[in-house]
Amino acid sequence: MEPQRNLAQMLGSLALFSDLSHPALEAAAHTFSEQWFAADQRILRQGFTGSGFYIIVEGEAMVRIDGKDVTKLGRGDFFGEISILLGEPPTADVVALTPLQCLVLAGPVAQSFLEGHPKVMYRLLQAEAMRLKNTLRWQN
Amino acid sequence: MAELETAKPFPPGDYPCIVVGSGPGGLQTSYCLSRLGVEHATISADDSPGGMFRLYPIFQRLISWTKPFAPAEPKSRAYEWYDWNSLLGAEPAHRALVREFMDGSLYFPSRAEMERGLREFAGRGAVRVRYGCRWTATGRSDRGFKLVTSDGEYSCRVLVLAIGTTTAWKPPDAGLEEVPHYCDTKPLSEYRNKTVFVVGKRNSAFELADALLPVARQIILGSPRPAQISVDEHAAVGARARYLQPYEDHVFGGGNVLLDAAISRVERHASGYRVTAQGTTRPGKLSLEVDEVIAATGFTTPMQDLPALGLAVFSEGRLPVLNPFWESVSLPGLYFAGNATQAAAGLNKYGIPSNSAAVQGFRYNARLMAEHIAARHFKILQPRPQIPPDRLVGHLLAEATRAPELWNQRSYLASVIERRDGSVVHGGIQPLAHFVDAPGPDAVAVAVETDATGDIHPAVYLRLANSVSEHLLSSHPLHAFETADNTRHLTELVQPFK
Repeated sequence: MEPQRNLAQMLGSLALFSDLSHPALEAAAHTFSEQWFAADQRILRQGFTGSGFYIIVEGEAMVRIDGKDVTKLGRGDFFGEISILLGEPPTADVVALTPLQCLVLAGPVAQSFLEGHPKVMYRLLQAEAMRLKNTLRWQN
Repeated sequence: MAELETAKPFPPGDYPCIVVGSGPGGLQTSYCLSRLGVEHATISADDSPGGMFRLYPIFQRLISWTKPFAPAEPKSRAYEWYDWNSLLGAEPAHRALVREFMDGSLYFPSRAEMERGLREFAGRGAVRVRYGCRWTATGRSDRGFKLVTSDGEYSCRVLVLAIGTTTAWKPPDAGLEEVPHYCDTKPLSEYRNKTVFVVGKRNSAFELADALLPVARQIILGSPRPAQISVDEHAAVGARARYLQPYEDHVFGGGNVLLDAAISRVERHASGYRVTAQGTTRPGKLSLEVDEVIAATGFTTPMQDLPALGLAVFSEGRLPVLNPFWESVSLPGLYFAGNATQAAAGLNKYGIPSNSAAVQGFRYNARLMAEHIAARHFKILQPRPQIPPDRLVGHLLAEATRAPELWNQRSYLASVIERRDGSVVHGGIQPLAHFVDAPGPDAVAVAVETDATGDIHPAVYLRLANSVSEHLLSSHPLHAFETADNTRHLTELVQPFK
């Protein structure tokens, strides 16, 4: 069997963390946890408190609002960031479409993690800007 | 003391269900399956009950409490919150057993007291185990599973592995090949007046450091991330307060050090070890000469050939991927009991994990798993007594205030009331993730939760037409949740059940 990658190797393979040095990746790896979800399992729950920030390492997931499919997510995509940044429950469900491997940052440590890793914060802002641009393009 | 069976039960053959393991997870599962009337065989490679507690903790004292005196009577259900170590008994004679063997010097039992409590549970509870029977290989059959053991071949429909996540584990490619693991720690006298580098900053690392304080010249705990402390994390997964003397020493500059560094290499030489590392919170290369190194880098589940059989695993192969009832998502019919049940994360609210890695949490998982196996695989259903509508609110608030399942497994297990065939009935204790995500009848569940500030409060989940909503009730400075305010709020929420 293929040996499983450790958390630092998984983080290093994602665009969000591509600016981090090896020791910084090792430290970040101890801040994230790895979670696996079966197909059809709910990961983020609309209206529930206490959620986290998730990055997809492998598999696909669907964003659902009030039961309606909105966006499909895949490797390297992340979700849950709006909820933890605003301190509000998620406004959508995210459900695994396939077996899904995620790295998870608990909500309470997200602020200190992002403040301690400005290059990750910048990459996250770039991704958010891209999402906003795409949304505005659809509206126009 | 109750006598253990001396003749070997459960010879090789075909059984509806097989449990592997005689630690607390295996004993609790087998006990509950027997009470439910599920025919099964339990086998174990060990020669006596106790599992990891026959050997560990290495310094012979647990970090999980059993309080000799508590706000609840020792044989009561509520006392289980004050006794994290005893297994769950259906009869008073099987309950709170660890307390019976403690000498009263501490409210943390010694390893030997814990082992004796488990042995007594197996004896009094008539948990029959075929000891000295080692599982060596696994296969699939049309019916379920085949097990090759040192005593011969077994087959079963349902397999429960309670094999512990207690096998020594060191991260591969981390330069620790020449470093002994926590499990191989030498007697304390061998560390006298030595500099000891402990790799890790979790509980096993702090346990070592705390024990080494009176003998070692200097102790250095090194890992990439700063220590996570249970009182800050609001969870027992952080380093427990009981072991924090080395942390205080570090904070005061007393000579012992907590180092935030990624270790790149540990080389052994004639007079000790050279540790090479890169600082994380304070960047820079570090090279240390030390006398001894111990890897407190965690543990793994001995999966044997299961991954080759198709078992989905994660955490570098250390844990199986499980559904909310602790069944493998890739090998249906294969369940895990004991501390491997930590693999089912549940809602993980605010990043606070369940207590499934410890007896106080997984003993409840075992009981629920046994009920689930009985119902799903053998059609043995639990009675669901009705609850009068005027008692609904009081019942739910009482559960939030005193139910040990909810306190030991916060945000993970819930107490449920369901509407079935026009009646309102007890739904028992259920995994919260199952309640909120699986379809089911209209129901209300209550859990106990901790938020990011450490506030502990009841949380109510309403399932109506398979749509689940969350409602947080108020906390109380003494955790006495049966307040007028909560009664009013909950009365409004459960109107659909009246």
